[in-house]
Amino acid sequence: MTAILSVENMGIAFDSRSEKNKQVHVLHDIDLAIEQGEIIALVGESGSGKTTLGKVMVGLFEPTSGSLKYKGKEISKLNKKEFRQYRLDVQMVHQDSFAALNPNRTIFQSLSLPLIQNKIVKNTQEAMNLLIDYFNEVGLLPADQFLSKYPHQLSGGQRQRILLARALSVKPKVIVADEPVSMVDVSLRIAIIDLMTRMNQKYNISFVYITHDLATARYVAKNGRLAVMYLGEIVETNQIKAAIDYPTHPYFQALIAAVPEHIGTAGDTEIKDLPLRTLDMPSITNPPSGCRFHTRCPYYKERCKLEAPELRSYKGGLVSCHFAEEIDVLHRKQQKLTDLINTPVTMN
Amino acid sequence: MELQQEGYVTPVAPHFDKFKGVKEFFRVIWKNKMARVGLIIVIIFMLIAALGPLVVTTPKSDYLARLQNPSLAHPLGTDYAGRDIFSMFILGTRAVLIVGLYAGVFAVAIASAVGITAGLLGGKVDEMLMILTNIVLTMPSFPVMMVLSMIINVNNNFLFGLVLSLWSWAALAKAIRTQVLTMRNKEFIEASRLMGVSTFNIITKDIFPNIVSFVTVNFISIMKGTIVTSVGLMVLGLVPFDGQHWGMMMQMAMSQTSLLYGGIQPIVNFMTPVMGILLFQLGCYLFAMGIDEAMNPRLR
Amino acid sequence: MRKIIEIEKLTIDFELENRILRACDNVSLDIYENEIVAIIGESGSGKSTLASGILNLVRSPGKISSGQVHYIAVDGASTNILQMSPSEENVFRWKEISTVFQAAQNALNPVLKVKDHFIETVLAHESDQTIDMILKKAEEVLRFVRLDKSVLEYYPHQLSGGMKQRVLIAMSLILDPKVILLDEPTTALDVVTQYYILQLLSNIQKELGITLIFLTHDIAVVSQVANRIVVMYAGEVVERGFTKDVLGMPSHPYTKGLVDAIPNLKDDITKRKAIVGSPPDLTQTFTKCKFTERCFVYKEGHCEGIKKKTEQLYPTGLEKYTRCYTWAEAYDAQKKPKERVSNG
Repeated sequence: MTAILSVENMGIAFDSRSEKNKQVHVLHDIDLAIEQGEIIALVGESGSGKTTLGKVMVGLFEPTSGSLKYKGKEISKLNKKEFRQYRLDVQMVHQDSFAALNPNRTIFQSLSLPLIQNKIVKNTQEAMNLLIDYFNEVGLLPADQFLSKYPHQLSGGQRQRILLARALSVKPKVIVADEPVSMVDVSLRIAIIDLMTRMNQKYNISFVYITHDLATARYVAKNGRLAVMYLGEIVETNQIKAAIDYPTHPYFQALIAAVPEHIGTAGDTEIKDLPLRTLDMPSITNPPSGCRFHTRCPYYKERCKLEAPELRSYKGGLVSCHFAEEIDVLHRKQQKLTDLINTPVTMN
Repeated sequence: MELQQEGYVTPVAPHFDKFKGVKEFFRVIWKNKMARVGLIIVIIFMLIAALGPLVVTTPKSDYLARLQNPSLAHPLGTDYAGRDIFSMFILGTRAVLIVGLYAGVFAVAIASAVGITAGLLGGKVDEMLMILTNIVLTMPSFPVMMVLSMIINVNNNFLFGLVLSLWSWAALAKAIRTQVLTMRNKEFIEASRLMGVSTFNIITKDIFPNIVSFVTVNFISIMKGTIVTSVGLMVLGLVPFDGQHWGMMMQMAMSQTSLLYGGIQPIVNFMTPVMGILLFQLGCYLFAMGIDEAMNPRLR
Repeated sequence: MRKIIEIEKLTIDFELENRILRACDNVSLDIYENEIVAIIGESGSGKSTLASGILNLVRSPGKISSGQVHYIAVDGASTNILQMSPSEENVFRWKEISTVFQAAQNALNPVLKVKDHFIETVLAHESDQTIDMILKKAEEVLRFVRLDKSVLEYYPHQLSGGMKQRVLIAMSLILDPKVILLDEPTTALDVVTQYYILQLLSNIQKELGITLIFLTHDIAVVSQVANRIVVMYAGEVVERGFTKDVLGMPSHPYTKGLVDAIPNLKDDITKRKAIVGSPPDLTQTFTKCKFTERCFVYKEGHCEGIKKKTEQLYPTGLEKYTRCYTWAEAYDAQKKPKERVSNG
């Protein structure tokens, strides 16, 4: 099955601002294929390159090495008409819903312009009807009230739904959502994520969900995949349930350990150290040699500094680590011990 | 999981009030007391300019009535050639405002072209345009105007406005460029590009609405400034083509009558256009203050 | 435990064009020495306004309409923070109560080095210290937040978000305050950095015996460090108690909604659901309980939403209080049979 969107061996290098003749590899050797109708969560901290990868997918940045392919064809080789189609088919929902809308135009003015420009509708009346339909779909009722407002008159959650409606209105095949709920109230986040899942099921739109929040990633990509990024590289991918229950890459294991515990077990227990050698992430301008994670990896060995690991198959997913098997055994032993000492005392 | 489904009403095509924007605009200006005063002053002057020639006839020279003090027949007296100062002032208003308007429009056009091109294209084009802008900005405009008016034979309002605009666009161009640079990387511009909106439409529909308010304010202050410059040039006798322009009135009051020693009337002849300028400037300034608030939807 | 801050019936209003927005409605709260208390609320809950009220930083168009905030010193002397003179405030602020504001990374002056920030802050409150003394103390507090003293020579833009936040926490410690108020200290940070900062704060509290007041919307974060939790909605405290009690067994429909609405790594996904609706307009005069629009208890017909009954808190457990009278009544009804048994 050809993936609808894929990056192969892709890298992006920018010229360094501080040093001449040096390049900063913001993305390095990325291989990722997105099937039609799948949801994939792209997880990583700031500086991991996940947002840049998202922007490459929608065509805002051109890869400096490797390729980006849409429907099997390289983007740089598409003719004008095909490129236009690609542009409409791969849409983006931004993180900051306020910045993503023109503050001096009403919602209707902002959203109808691309529809008319791309001849999806013939006139403003048709645009209005189409938008009203989509607004109903995303739960913005009564639709016409929202259309005549300015962005600053709406709440964050409402604006985020508008961004989603805007993306949907051009009938895309892929939506790249960059931290879509991080600026929305916590009690409303699930509603928006549910909306995206519904759109995925109803229209078979693929979603690339970029986030640093593992919990919402798990919620959105229930049956999908997860890809973990570190310093511009993908270090692990797997089906999401398997990934979270049995993390393989040491960085991913640390990320999971860092996510706050289930609420029911709240308490004043001491906060243990994370399985990381140092807190601070190395700079992307000067990445560590060999395996990029070796400076922080608790299982670090000499080989890690000298040789960069390949992204290889392991237990149904892909992982980029020399010692994945040994670490797996160790980690599980530790997990069992931790579970044992943390089991609450049962009283009758 | 239920979303807000309560009170679901069959959607009706919204009635977009096309004039809502304009009504809203004037309502805000009216509310702000200073802007209200400014608007009234500006409107009065515009009415004088438009309707003046219908009400007042061109005063004829009448050497017998030279330098007469203000009287019922001549509310502001007469000049050295016996012409009614009041009539001249009224008729001169039109010339003054028209020249100012031309100058303002040209200046804004040049500033927008330069600012938007430099901001959007960047690179070498930006560098070249900025060098040009900086030169225009740092060279003092009045001496340049003086030289230009000596070289170019200015004999009508249009040309005059054009010449005046040549050295007044630089500051606005820089401001526009800064705004464009800020907006260029903003997510909503990015979103427009992603949705296939053409560059032309991005400029007109996305960028323009965001700069319109401060461009308008600047337009008014450019107009103000060029009026003063135009008067200055006329006082110096460098653009002697329209005898009714306030500048010419001042020039004639100074050269043809002995301003300091000739008694009250020459002073009245001189001060009348001066007061006109001051009042109009004041009106523009106050009005401009209200515009910014009126045109920025977020401030309302 | 000794009470250190006492908030009594604090009401803060914002005077807008032709209406009044009641951001804090009759809030009463006690804060004890040496505890970590978290104030949970989303946008419009009033928690940030409450924070500025505690620090007496409410500026026009906001104003404190009624109420008092007392700070109780070790010797028992109680001062009304809201009535301090500017000179008293100067001494009081940062030495007794200090703050780490929201998005504080942006509060660092980009043209000053980190060391200058420390110097400026100290001299503003204690003018008789020498630069050497200040820098020495700065090194000490920086060590506490696990930053090397070389950071002092850096400019803010050379630091990462996590480092900037740690610098700010260090700055809040510099004059040995008794209370630190932190407004969303980990919101803009990555999961790993957030974990470290929480670990830091927990250690600071244990070692230095400082009282921490956390303002956040992130329940998961709070459940890791806070002893007590106060939940706010539409300017009121709707529930408060020990973290384990409140989050384990919420006794207010909003708290329950929040706990149900937040996904985490180990739960059953199908059990998550959002709270319908959105925060209410605080400029309106409420005729019913402020939460009725979004309350499942009200919608299922179990409660009338009588406003008068929501003007006080009811006990629903050990040191646990709720504003929902229906829930409190149900809790009481649960208790009564046992009492009846023991009485005869």
